Amino acid sequence: MSADPTPRMWLTAFLGITRRETLRFVNQRGRFLAALVRPLVWLFIFAAGFRAVLGLSITPPYQTYVLYEVYVTPGLCGMIQLFNGMQSSLSMVYDRETGAMRTLLVSPFPRWFLLGSKLVAGVLVSILQVYAFLLIAWFWDIRPPVWGYVAVLPALFVSGLMLGALGLFLSSGIRQLENFAGVMNFVIFPMFFASTALYPLWRMRESSTLLHDICALNPFTHAVEVIRFALYGQVNWLSLGVVLGCLTVFFLGAVWMYDPSKGLWARRKGG
Amino acid sequence: MGRGAIPAPDIMTENALSIDSVSHRFGRFEALKNVSLTVPRGSFTALLGVNGAGKTTLFSLITRLYDNTSGVIRVAGHDLRQTPGRALARLGVVFQSRALDADLTVAQNLTYHAALHGIARKPALLRAAEVLAQVGLSDRLDSKVSALSGGQQRRAEIARALIHRPEILLLDEATVGLDVKSRAEVVELTRDLTRQGVSALWATHIMDEIRPSDGLVIPHRGQVLADGRAERIAAPHGDLTAAFLALTGAEGTGGTVA
Repeated sequence: MSADPTPRMWLTAFLGITRRETLRFVNQRGRFLAALVRPLVWLFIFAAGFRAVLGLSITPPYQTYVLYEVYVTPGLCGMIQLFNGMQSSLSMVYDRETGAMRTLLVSPFPRWFLLGSKLVAGVLVSILQVYAFLLIAWFWDIRPPVWGYVAVLPALFVSGLMLGALGLFLSSGIRQLENFAGVMNFVIFPMFFASTALYPLWRMRESSTLLHDICALNPFTHAVEVIRFALYGQVNWLSLGVVLGCLTVFFLGAVWMYDPSKGLWARRKGG
Repeated sequence: MGRGAIPAPDIMTENALSIDSVSHRFGRFEALKNVSLTVPRGSFTALLGVNGAGKTTLFSLITRLYDNTSGVIRVAGHDLRQTPGRALARLGVVFQSRALDADLTVAQNLTYHAALHGIARKPALLRAAEVLAQVGLSDRLDSKVSALSGGQQRRAEIARALIHRPEILLLDEATVGLDVKSRAEVVELTRDLTRQGVSALWATHIMDEIRPSDGLVIPHRGQVLADGRAERIAAPHGDLTAAFLALTGAEGTGGTVA
């Protein structure tokens, strides 16, 4: 029995949620491999094929011409986080269907804290995946400055939080696991392809101004740019601002949707 | 609550749970209509109703999965709306659908739940051993949940619900899907717990699980039709099945009302 939770108890709860997410991830080795194989296929096959076709001019943060593989690497880091965010979303829907979500939500800690802890735990897992990818890319001669590996850590954290919060928000609106295919088709693929992950914005403008504008408005573009600049020890303030703004909106939206008196739970009919 | 917990004087009431004039709507559908009931400390109180009677909605309100917008719910004297954290800290819940993580071990599931109540890993492991002994699963601490039988999983869920030393256990049709032997074991286990001082609110649609001396609440179509000792509710009608049918007009077969 206890009074209100102490700071130590908040920390215990956060660590408990992180530990559970990590254990689930470790137990699902296939998930770790899939998360790595996907960007590596893009890097080894797609980038190698397009290297000769796509010419790239010198654009910040690059100070020289770079190979297409080098250009596409931050986008693939973003891709790992995007898919990880959606994977977390999928696991939230699964947890809700199986009832595990109820266990989390009947904890005495506030709902924003529980959802936030789950979000942070998912991001930590995605950061491990990104570093594993960057390590393999290093052997493929994609070698950002050494300090870039350190500078990219906070960038990965905020971009991962933003994409995870988007996943959390989406999960609150998905009623059944079967509906998740819609998220793939209508969220993940459009977000990834209509971004600067694969082509720079000026390339987009050459083919379509509308497409350029869509890409410029896409939050994933800004997540990728935050990562790209950080890998070279720089900060893209505009993109960072967009990422932080979107993070706030998505997370507040998710907390609202999971609030017992509003959003999803209020609309559900019990027995 | 273990290491890191602050001992605090509880609000001493004679009821572990009290629900006063609670209503709930889903759009136009009124799922609960002015429901009031109490669960005295240390009692086994059954909530007997057919599917759709409002049992799960009531549980969802008590566990704050839904917000109660009318009436008052108090857990060990703590108002669920005013001090939700304090109220939820005193609740242990076994949901109708199984909610253990099948990929993790029993210990990992229990320590995760303990962490959600602010209990650090080391004391949580000690407590896990205690509650698993209580439910007869001492030797399954390191077993994966997927390796347990249905009855063992239910007992592990009860152990999980007990790990933070709640004052009241809510069990929502906890015997669904179990064979006769496992069902009897789970009911008996819960009765044992009430003898040790934990109160239990046991939602069911199976009459055999109720004893004459139990507290009994009969909800039907969102309203409480009867609230009292089972034997008193049954007395005017001869037995509990007849009383239930007379009160609700529901069809009953083989000791169940589903």
